[in-house]
Amino acid sequence: MMKIDEVIVFLLVGIALFSGCVKDEGEEGLAIAGSTTVQPIVTRAVEVYTQNNPDMKIGVQGGGSGTGIRMVGEGSVNIGASSRELSEDELLKHPDLVVHPIAIDCITIIVHPSNPIEDLSIQQIRDIFTGKITNFREAGGPDREIVLVIREDGSGTRSTFEGIVMGDAEISNTALQKPASGAIRFTIARNENAIGYLGIGYLDETVKAISINGVSPSKENIRKGEYSISRKLYLITKEEPLGKTKEFIDFILSEDGQKIVEEEGFISVRQDA
Amino acid sequence: MHKTLNPENTIKGVLLLFGITAILILSLIVIFLFNEGLPLFQYIGVSDFLLGDKWVPEKDLYGTFPFIISTIFVILGALLIAIPLGISCAVFLAEIAPRRARELVRPAIELLAGIPSIIYGLFALVVIVDLIKISFNLANGETILAGSIILAVMILPIVISISQDSIEAVPGTYREGSYAMGATDWQTISRVVVPAARRGIIASIILGCGRAIGETMAIALVIGNAEKLPLSLLDSGETLTTAILLEMGEAVIGSLHYNALFCLGIIPFIIVLFLSIISSRLISKSVTRFE
Repeated sequence: MMKIDEVIVFLLVGIALFSGCVKDEGEEGLAIAGSTTVQPIVTRAVEVYTQNNPDMKIGVQGGGSGTGIRMVGEGSVNIGASSRELSEDELLKHPDLVVHPIAIDCITIIVHPSNPIEDLSIQQIRDIFTGKITNFREAGGPDREIVLVIREDGSGTRSTFEGIVMGDAEISNTALQKPASGAIRFTIARNENAIGYLGIGYLDETVKAISINGVSPSKENIRKGEYSISRKLYLITKEEPLGKTKEFIDFILSEDGQKIVEEEGFISVRQDA
Repeated sequence: MHKTLNPENTIKGVLLLFGITAILILSLIVIFLFNEGLPLFQYIGVSDFLLGDKWVPEKDLYGTFPFIISTIFVILGALLIAIPLGISCAVFLAEIAPRRARELVRPAIELLAGIPSIIYGLFALVVIVDLIKISFNLANGETILAGSIILAVMILPIVISISQDSIEAVPGTYREGSYAMGATDWQTISRVVVPAARRGIIASIILGCGRAIGETMAIALVIGNAEKLPLSLLDSGETLTTAILLEMGEAVIGSLHYNALFCLGIIPFIIVLFLSIISSRLISKSVTRFE
């Protein structure tokens, strides 16, 4: 029986064929799928890369880290994109997967621009997200009831946030769940009571990022490792990459590729960048 | 004779094939749904699944009770709005409205049914959510009420058009009899026509209900998707279908989480199945009554 993602791939391949953008498993093209956090880097990299290699056809899809890992493991795409490391289950199922760190992402804690709060400690953030603190007043802010905004179960951003900030503590079940980073930003930009987290690549002027333990999420602080909530982003291949797959990954890791990483709001993995 | 029969048989055969295809697709979907969902119950008890109040996939806790209650709240809220509005509108269109008004209003209502649900959702997200937040002085406007309002608008076309049809199907002799007894217009409508059309009206509500249970996109945008048990329409909640929408992209295939999401789909599937059986019985009975 066809699994649901196979059906989706089948449809996407159909669409790709009809739009003249051929996705091919062979020498001609590459298919990349996975984390929506990594997607902007990959999409931009593909644009630049195919300008220099016009014969190359590369298809990029989202789907989330879990989907990306699954699809590269099953061989339905050449490269998977993930904003988290492989889980034990995934390693067990696809032991031949190889991960390539391509960028550092940093998770910022964001509030509405009108919120005067500037700084929180990790402990305060944990208390806010477990629901122990329910008003910004208790954390030195204005008298506003706190509305938590988080990503859905299984999201890479969420598991990174939980791993780094929450530890064993459980996020309050009153939190509003959003299926995408853009949706979190949209919600917080419209609600002066909201607090949430966002990958630094999605940060813009509609929301305010606060500093943590006195360290602001500036590029300098993140690269120095002083800002505490950061994670690596990965491209994943089945076995060591060869041919076109290797060329593309090498491109992303090159100086030009890492420039794209920085342009998209992430932090380069090159020490010299 | 033989020559004229042949093409007819061919057409019959082709139509039969299409009919069978539809049934085949349905049964494949059902088999798939249960095949992917039921393995969950090797690990999780049915009562833990239906009555558990914690949904934490990382810890293999799959309690759907808050989702079920949220779903019920959203639908009850929507019906509370859509039933009075829909039935009054149907009565107006069928009994009171002048022909020109009817010709204007009915297509407009049918057009409502053609708007994609994501558009309803976006509208609700930027208008209704803020409106609720301000008017009830809440910290957050993404509530079950917002979902109910937008669902009500979405099921109105179903309630109105089926109710109107069944009111119009009430034979004129009923009305004439009522007027002959000296009843006023209002008495005729409320005591004779509407009661006579009640099966069709109930069927329209049940069909609307079925549509409401399956609706996902518009609701997911506006109800906040908090996993806690909602206590009122002004709480945020997560329905069965929005939970699937939110989490399916990230669930590892073949995992318990994946199976549990399919089980979430089985619940509305069974409810909708019963609702359509009931409504099709009601509709067929209401038709035969007047023949």
